[in-house]
Amino acid sequence: MYRVVLASRKTVEWIGLLIVGFLFVFPFLWMASTAFKTMPEVLQFPPTLLPETWEWSNFAQAWESGPFHMFTWNSILVAVGILILQFLTAVPAAYAFARYKFPGRNLLFGLVLIVLMIPGQVIFLPIYVQLSGWGLINTLWSLILPYAASAFGIFLLRQAFMQVPDEVIEAARLDNASEWKIMWTIMVPMAKPVLVTFGLFSFIYHWNDYFWPLIMTNSDEARTLPIGISSLHMSDGGTLWNVMMAGNMILILPILVIFFVAQRHIIKAFIYQSK
Amino acid sequence: MRKAATVQELPGVSQSKTEVRSPAFAWSDLASRLRPYLYLAPALICFALFFFYPIGSIIYLSFQDWSLINLEQMEWVGLQNYQDLMVDGDFHQVLGNTVVFTIATVGIGLTLSFLLALWLNKKAKVYGIIQATVFSPHIISLVSVSMLWMWLMDPQFGLLNAGLEAVGLPAYTWLTDPKSSLLSLIIVSIWKVVGYNTLIFIAGLQSIPGDIYEAAALDQSPWWRTLRRITIPMLSPTIFFLLIINTITSFQAFDTIAIMTQGGPINSTNMLVYYIYQQGMDFYNGGIASAASVILLILVGILTAIHFLVMSKRVHYR
Repeated sequence: MYRVVLASRKTVEWIGLLIVGFLFVFPFLWMASTAFKTMPEVLQFPPTLLPETWEWSNFAQAWESGPFHMFTWNSILVAVGILILQFLTAVPAAYAFARYKFPGRNLLFGLVLIVLMIPGQVIFLPIYVQLSGWGLINTLWSLILPYAASAFGIFLLRQAFMQVPDEVIEAARLDNASEWKIMWTIMVPMAKPVLVTFGLFSFIYHWNDYFWPLIMTNSDEARTLPIGISSLHMSDGGTLWNVMMAGNMILILPILVIFFVAQRHIIKAFIYQSK
Repeated sequence: MRKAATVQELPGVSQSKTEVRSPAFAWSDLASRLRPYLYLAPALICFALFFFYPIGSIIYLSFQDWSLINLEQMEWVGLQNYQDLMVDGDFHQVLGNTVVFTIATVGIGLTLSFLLALWLNKKAKVYGIIQATVFSPHIISLVSVSMLWMWLMDPQFGLLNAGLEAVGLPAYTWLTDPKSSLLSLIIVSIWKVVGYNTLIFIAGLQSIPGDIYEAAALDQSPWWRTLRRITIPMLSPTIFFLLIINTITSFQAFDTIAIMTQGGPINSTNMLVYYIYQQGMDFYNGGIASAASVILLILVGILTAIHFLVMSKRVHYR
């Protein structure tokens, strides 16, 4: 009798897991399914689970509805450019916070924590005014420069650098290695897992970003994929859901691939925020 | 000489001043004193230009009558913009929407993810897979999430209404009716945030020492008492962190609104950031937009301050 209760409890648990998994995965599967359907099939009732005829041309249609090669290229440039700049600014700053004692350290680190907590969306207007004064609106610079330094990156790397044993650095100093060299050839390689974690976080965040490119740009030359994709539903004469979903597949596929490959790192990157 | 100066900076090494200093002014000493500031400079300059200066600037701009079309024409109007906001019915509604949206999203989102975390915090592989599945919406662009849910919520051809019809229920209006539009956005936001919260909760649960639970088990404490007396108190820093972070994120809601509803129908889903965007970028009311930004900044600032205060206290009893 006890065994039966145990078995049925397990069944209930499995059914529960399936339902939860379904709630979060199914919408994406529905997106994929719609992306391959013909328009009549999209509007059919009752809806079909899998496409009856696989309409690959939806992807071509989405891609050709705007200068998507340019949007994609801009997205890559912006996300990678931000990543490189954040790396170059965060490493020295984190090294200074982790390894030196100097007057004002706590105050300056407090400022970094404030930047970490207050979202940039709150102050986009003055940044817009400032960038337009510099003539940078509608350029990729307006998307990259405001994110050239990352408080989160400094915070994360500082913790990693603090964990490097003192002996390693002392040994290097005895060998007359310069501080600059110690930073880039000893600390950075030792913090590699954290750097990967941070890199994934930054890339995903800026690849997905919609708000900033929407504010700072208004011509195709400087716009990124999320903006291009979001303009798909403004077609006249009924929404082409299949083309829209195909476009969104183009936007999310790179991230999904990265997620499958580096799932543990990515989850760690996003969870690190809580520490 | 140079070596003595650098070793002295190592944390953990005693800061004794016994080494002999040359009486002449030591350039190398000065250089090593300045070094940390040089290393910090690039990042701090960026923060100054794109964070601290804009914060000062937005306060200044909120006292001006200005628009993005002609930035030369600024006129000092004092508190006029704030007064205009105070009597603007639309803005009251925007604030109300933001509060309702935040309380609902954060309240329901936190409760659901806490329950999910209690359930999914197990070692077996299948739980790991479900954890990753629940988390996946968090890394997808809100653009895609919004368009996907617009499609699911389409009144005529959407899957949600097809499902309702299939079980004999009437079709629902979702985004097209001011009575249900805000609720629809709340559903999407909860769907997006639950996975992140769940994983943070699981990380918190795993940091609770196991021997406390063993002691509770020896005392034959019923599960609900263990939950109330041990799990929830031990998780309180995590709960508090998520409460603050989720609230700040809710205040910022923009993408879903811009793509799914544009604040409508009849202003029913307009919220603070979208309102600021509309006023500043669409209606060219720079002053009004700035004043609303300052109000948002104050709200987020208060939350951040509470966060820092409580977190710094926490260090003492940990």
